[in-house]
Amino acid sequence: MSTVSWITARGLFGRRRFLLLLPLPVLLVLLAVLSRAFGVDPGEWGPPVLVGLGLAVVLPVVALIVGTGVLGAEIDDGTVVHILTKPLPRWQIVLPKLAVATGVTAVTVAVPLYVAGVLADSVGLGLALAAAAAVGALAYSALFVALSLLTRRPVLLGLVYVLIWEGLLANVVSGTKVLSIQQYVIALADRLAPTELLEAGVSVPVAAVMTALISVGFTVLAIDRLRSFSVAGETS
Amino acid sequence: MSAISAERTAPATGRTASTLELAGVSRWYGNVVAVNDISMSLGPGVTGLLGPNGAGKTTLLHMMAGFLAPSRGAVTLDGRPTWRNPDVYRRLGLVSEREAVHTFLTAYEFVLASAKLHQLPDPTAAARRAIALVELEGAQDRRIGTYSKGMRQRARVAAALVHEPQVLLLDEPFNGMDPRQRLHMMELLHRLGDAGRTILFSSHILEEVEQVSGTVQVMVAGRLAASGDFRTIRRLMTNRPHVFAVHSTDDRALAVALMAEESVTGVELGRAGLTVRAGDYGAFTRALPKIALARGIRVRQLLPEDESLESVFSYLVEA
Repeated sequence: MSTVSWITARGLFGRRRFLLLLPLPVLLVLLAVLSRAFGVDPGEWGPPVLVGLGLAVVLPVVALIVGTGVLGAEIDDGTVVHILTKPLPRWQIVLPKLAVATGVTAVTVAVPLYVAGVLADSVGLGLALAAAAAVGALAYSALFVALSLLTRRPVLLGLVYVLIWEGLLANVVSGTKVLSIQQYVIALADRLAPTELLEAGVSVPVAAVMTALISVGFTVLAIDRLRSFSVAGETS
Repeated sequence: MSAISAERTAPATGRTASTLELAGVSRWYGNVVAVNDISMSLGPGVTGLLGPNGAGKTTLLHMMAGFLAPSRGAVTLDGRPTWRNPDVYRRLGLVSEREAVHTFLTAYEFVLASAKLHQLPDPTAAARRAIALVELEGAQDRRIGTYSKGMRQRARVAAALVHEPQVLLLDEPFNGMDPRQRLHMMELLHRLGDAGRTILFSSHILEEVEQVSGTVQVMVAGRLAASGDFRTIRRLMTNRPHVFAVHSTDDRALAVALMAEESVTGVELGRAGLTVRAGDYGAFTRALPKIALARGIRVRQLLPEDESLESVFSYLVEA
């Protein structure tokens, strides 16, 4: 493990905001278990719990908390200066942080989604949801890490993207689905384990290409922005 | 504006010394000019960057450390720009003013992480050496979150020194330190300077600079007001005209008597009393009681006016 990822992981788990990660995945599993226990038809509870909660809320919100935490929190409290005053090419700072963000998000979201998927349909669906969520975690993390460097309010802008763009506009204006990571995740999961429970809004090639473009594009952008990272003069 | 230049004596050193060069450096934010056309060259030894709060010291230090692009001019370390060039950190260390540390790490972990990030051949030894340099061995295994402000500062200095940089920049390093910690930090900076390193620290407190540094750069309102030997600048500061508000039982008679006093350069008689300008602070304050006593006048009030550091600095700009 590189020193940057070690410090990043320590910072992430050392902050109290990490506790914010727990309630949503727990809620997801709880709803799935209760629905199953009460014998509700998976066709009824599957879409709202798996997609409505799991892919539309838990995945992006966890990615937002973690993605803005790995770099944005360090920029906020100024500790980023310690890492930046080292003779490291900036990609050696961005990539480990992105890896930690993606890894933590993927594990936090994939496990409850797997459990819910198994309860709703089959192990196949559980694995498909987990794999697609891990891919989505990469795209979201790249976006939110880059946002930390593009704006001083990455959490707010991230929420606007998740809630307004993906949550609201994608349901009203279908064209916006092309720029919705949530839709890519649904399309990929549906391709891996086709069921009635998932309804893809974009084609699989579009989802694959856009996920790659977003992941690579925002990573490159983040590296470039970190090269020109400015500390605002506080006494001037 | 005049600049006082002084010969800089470079101490003998076996290492290759680094020079930090600023050429016509300005930085503005919108319409606000934070740093205005500053040129200086920093070589081995300790230099104090002195100026009141808001003079642009931090902005200047950030540009030196490669954390801010100059709006105009160039900042170079041994001929290479510091902006967008992470390679300069092999020879440059920064201790920023903001008390930002990874509070969840112990000092040893923190300094060791710095050593590893610098890709030093033996990070463990380097970390131990740096911690010993700031005398933090006793507390090195405690979380930094439990430290006092002075200890945190020392941990930060250790992390900045772990790769033995040729240039060390410190922004207000004495802020929040108690006298003992202050003394210790001053000794450390002295030692580093004597060993041939280029040390620059900023401060808004005259006495701090006096105790650590022979060479100063004085900044006022974004400009370089004076630079050179501290004693020369200190003399300029001490010999500037002082203004006193004096109130006595007979202001008019006192005014007449004071005009005969050599150290007095002007007296103004007002409703609230006298405004006295004196060229020599010590001579005037010693002469006043004698003059008053000789004429049977009782001095009810003697107040030095406008002794703020800002006024001292602005005097330097005008001098």
